[in-house]
Amino acid sequence: MKQRHAAAWAVSVLAVTGCLASAQAQTSTADGIAQYRALLADGNPAELWEAKGELLWTQKRGSKNLSFETCDLGKGAGVMKGAFVELPRYFADTQRVQDLESRLLTCMAAQGFNAAEIAATPFGRGEQVNLEALVAYVSAASRGMKFNLPQGRTEERQMAEAGKRLFYFRAGPYDFSCASCHGEPGKRIRLQDLPDLAKSPGDGVGFAAWPAYRVSSGELWSMQRRLNDCYRQQRFPFPGYASDATIALGSFMGVQARGAMSIAPAIKR
Amino acid sequence: MPNRRDMMARSAAVAALLAGAGVLPARAQSAWNKAAFEGKSVDEAIKGLGIAKPVESKDIAFTAPDIAENGAVVPIAVSTTLPGVKRIAFLVEKNPTTLAGVFEFTDAVETSVATRIKMGQSSNVLAVAIMGDGKVFYAQKDVKVTLGGCGG
Amino acid sequence: MSDPMRIRAQVQGSGAVVRVLMSHEMETGQRKDAAGKTIPAWHITEVTAALNGKTVMTAQWGTAIAKNPFTQFTVKGAKAGDKISIAWVDNRGDSRTDEVVVA
Repeated sequence: MKQRHAAAWAVSVLAVTGCLASAQAQTSTADGIAQYRALLADGNPAELWEAKGELLWTQKRGSKNLSFETCDLGKGAGVMKGAFVELPRYFADTQRVQDLESRLLTCMAAQGFNAAEIAATPFGRGEQVNLEALVAYVSAASRGMKFNLPQGRTEERQMAEAGKRLFYFRAGPYDFSCASCHGEPGKRIRLQDLPDLAKSPGDGVGFAAWPAYRVSSGELWSMQRRLNDCYRQQRFPFPGYASDATIALGSFMGVQARGAMSIAPAIKR
Repeated sequence: MPNRRDMMARSAAVAALLAGAGVLPARAQSAWNKAAFEGKSVDEAIKGLGIAKPVESKDIAFTAPDIAENGAVVPIAVSTTLPGVKRIAFLVEKNPTTLAGVFEFTDAVETSVATRIKMGQSSNVLAVAIMGDGKVFYAQKDVKVTLGGCGG
Repeated sequence: MSDPMRIRAQVQGSGAVVRVLMSHEMETGQRKDAAGKTIPAWHITEVTAALNGKTVMTAQWGTAIAKNPFTQFTVKGAKAGDKISIAWVDNRGDSRTDEVVVA
């Protein structure tokens, strides 16, 4: 009775995550990794950040004593469902294309915070911690939805094109570009599969898998943090937090990912 | 004059309040088993737990991944049909200290638990079931780790 | 002041499956900081699970339980509306209790 319970638990977790590998026949490394990820799918520590974000969303904060309920993420003030899968997009009030983190900074500025100061704050400190929680919470509201970034405006198309050029731009001491690792299918570093971001890598992969709880550091990483670390690995100077360059890359990858299902906040190695 | 039942109820309520405020320890458990948790091998952990040498059993269903992408978080699950299981302990043979945790069950819960452990390197992981009558059984799984979970 | 746990307790068959996510660093005491100094161990040592105020399961944990630990177990005979509370104590003497109603 109890053995069946444990087996049913494992199988149901595998089924829920769409993993086709049988729990018994672990013949290949890829199957092994898939099983490991499936076993971690339930009880994602990212939920701890989601819970924090939920509290922050309705809390009146800053010198202007405003909550995020007045924040427009693209679907109207305070509307979260579906917002994440349409970012980055153009915003009329700021007259620029913005990603989630950049838009949250705009809203925090409206609350009376100093956006530039927050952008300059290292990850994991001060208001950056709250941004992580908000990113987890907002992305969770679109979990399971397909990316559908708007490209109707010139600014949106230009950002995606700029992102594409940045994606292929080789520089730094190793002459790397994003494409060096993410420009072709079937690449990997050790056992880590590298998604091909030059085209849509599929449901819940690549762009569709961030923000994510990173098991290796026990922290929730937003897309901004992920890009920052990519730049570090390429030995590039760090991009500005929520800078146009990062928004452009997000636009390019997001447009490539259109139709792919978001699983954010996900769990990663 | 409050009767004994009222007094008990009131002190329980106060205790619950204090426990909730973190003033009282969560429960009057036996002291944390330092000797067991400092054991650097399966034998030392077994000795620290004060139990007999475990015998392998097919009636312990132990789920763990073949490969852990990151040793920092390795999901494991145990469930058993053996009657009279009082405690289940998880041991990671090659960890700096072998004993990861011990779960103690009352009759009000099923003898099954899932948790996540850290592994410093590829190692044998043991799920040890300790019975009320002193008998000890175990199941084991070899888990490969691709990245150490204890330091780097 | 620690962050709240995420506890889900759902009726399944004749009992309730309880899933708990705790927010805790679970520092092993093996790591060194940038200056080369060992970061001291900081981890949950005891966990207590209760159904309607009565202890149903306890645990003793060492440093090898993962950071932000996830635990799952099944309480027999629990019904919707029952209260599940989880408490932890760590080696610094901090403690936390959170509770949830079985759904």
